[in-house]
Amino acid sequence: MTSSFVVMDPTGESSPAARAPLALPMSVQGKVVALLDISKPRGDVFLNRVEEKLKAAGATVRRYSKPTFTRPAPTALRQQIADECDLVLEALAD
Amino acid sequence: MSQSYLVVVKADCPTCQLVLPVLETLAGRGDVTLLTQDDPAFPAVPGVEYDGSLERSFDLGIEIVPALLAFDGGIETGRCEGWERSAWQGLVGDSALGADLPALRPGCASLSVTPPHGERLRAQRLASRRITLGVEEDVQEALFDRGWTDGLPVVPPTPERVARMLEGTTRDPREVLGEVPPNLVPVTVEKVAVNAVLAGCKPEYLPVVVATVEAALLPPFCMHGLLATTYFSGPMVVVCGPIARALGMNSKGNALGQGNRANATIGRALQLVIRNVGGGRPQGVDRATLGNPGKYTFCFAEDDDPQWQNLNEDAGLARNANSVTLFAADGVQGIVDQKARTPEPLCRSFAEALKVVSHPKMVQAADAFLVISPEHARVFHDAGWSKAQVLAALRADLTRPGTELIRGAGGMEEGLPPALAKRSFEKFREGGLRLVRAGGEAGMFSAVIGGWGASGTIGSSPVTHEIRL
Repeated sequence: MTSSFVVMDPTGESSPAARAPLALPMSVQGKVVALLDISKPRGDVFLNRVEEKLKAAGATVRRYSKPTFTRPAPTALRQQIADECDLVLEALAD
Repeated sequence: MSQSYLVVVKADCPTCQLVLPVLETLAGRGDVTLLTQDDPAFPAVPGVEYDGSLERSFDLGIEIVPALLAFDGGIETGRCEGWERSAWQGLVGDSALGADLPALRPGCASLSVTPPHGERLRAQRLASRRITLGVEEDVQEALFDRGWTDGLPVVPPTPERVARMLEGTTRDPREVLGEVPPNLVPVTVEKVAVNAVLAGCKPEYLPVVVATVEAALLPPFCMHGLLATTYFSGPMVVVCGPIARALGMNSKGNALGQGNRANATIGRALQLVIRNVGGGRPQGVDRATLGNPGKYTFCFAEDDDPQWQNLNEDAGLARNANSVTLFAADGVQGIVDQKARTPEPLCRSFAEALKVVSHPKMVQAADAFLVISPEHARVFHDAGWSKAQVLAALRADLTRPGTELIRGAGGMEEGLPPALAKRSFEKFREGGLRLVRAGGEAGMFSAVIGGWGASGTIGSSPVTHEIRL
């Protein structure tokens, strides 16, 4: 090549806003913890065991589920969890 | 309100030279601006403005010179392109204007629409970021390095190529088609055009590519989950209607294979939009365990079979509409039956092959497309069977007792809960099996294209979307 070459950017030209994760809690004692089942087979088996452990550690556990694992959680469900709980655990995949 | 006029001319135009007396008359009126495209000294009257960049002509949409435009309070109220004496007289309210000239004389193309200016001006209006590659950079390597390809070389999307691509549609480049998963990034017609250039499309393919992107973003298609799944699937595109023939798409021999530019690049363009605009990349949000080669591109045309309802009609569109049908597809599984000469045994062969989609004991999960070749279609046509009759026979052949499908049956752990042993099940959900016609004239071979295990409201449904030209 003897001269510069201009191309157009095929990307969305957007980069997600950087969001720092919240500090991990030192204890779940007294916290309300959401367990989000994404509706994959046997996710409940795993979450039942997690619930036992969390209750033993002094947490209050609330259970939620997505209508289907193939789509992002509905906005209303995300808002409900954020409103009712301090922490959330999501069981991904099977 | 105030009346004003604009006349656009160029010296290299015999008609503009012919109307020189008219231009001289108008220049003296005070309410007329003369704009010249190629020679600031033409016409030789005071106050001529020079549109050397051609941007004013372009923005005014001038196609032919001389052009006379009338404005009222800055808003255009009329125009005449070329010399038409009565029209010019009417626009400026001067019945004596150009009385000595011929009544009618066509003009010449405006410089703002002729090569290379038209292309440059259209490209200037595009919004996408320009990236200047280094003088010593190899263009192809630079595009690979930026992660813009699917692993194969791409056509560099220069502004001029993107501008030419956009000539393939009447839609506004700025129109937003939706949000592309997984990053839910708004995608414009222009961004689709950039990726269509990368994919190797011709401009006339663009309406199909745009429709394909629109279809992929319809909620029932569930493109987000399809991208993110560990399963094999990716979008398959079937083009139906006269546009498939107009673009020279392949619906016949090797329709599911390589070698046809439109088939290859339309499917590829969709994948590049998901990758580049949406940010969906293998081993990123694309969690496919194995994937399938159709994730480079998987697009073909439906064969025109006058004896059967086509995909347009299946979707409630007119037979001669233009549409794309998208399906969350895996690979191609061949079916051989060279002996059947009547419909029933052929349906049995098809059914046995369809049973194994996902797993022989999985039911009501994945959808499937059955691609029926001409020699197999002939068996149905000779017996006068409609598409609906074939589907009904297949549904019957694909209904099995729960005892064959429960866990442990056949020595396989995969299967339904034992409590369902007493029921019977169809292999596919209602509407989950679709028939499409394609293929070469010779060969009693058809094909099963299995789909994503998450179908219907749980995951993806096939969608048919009309193409807007």
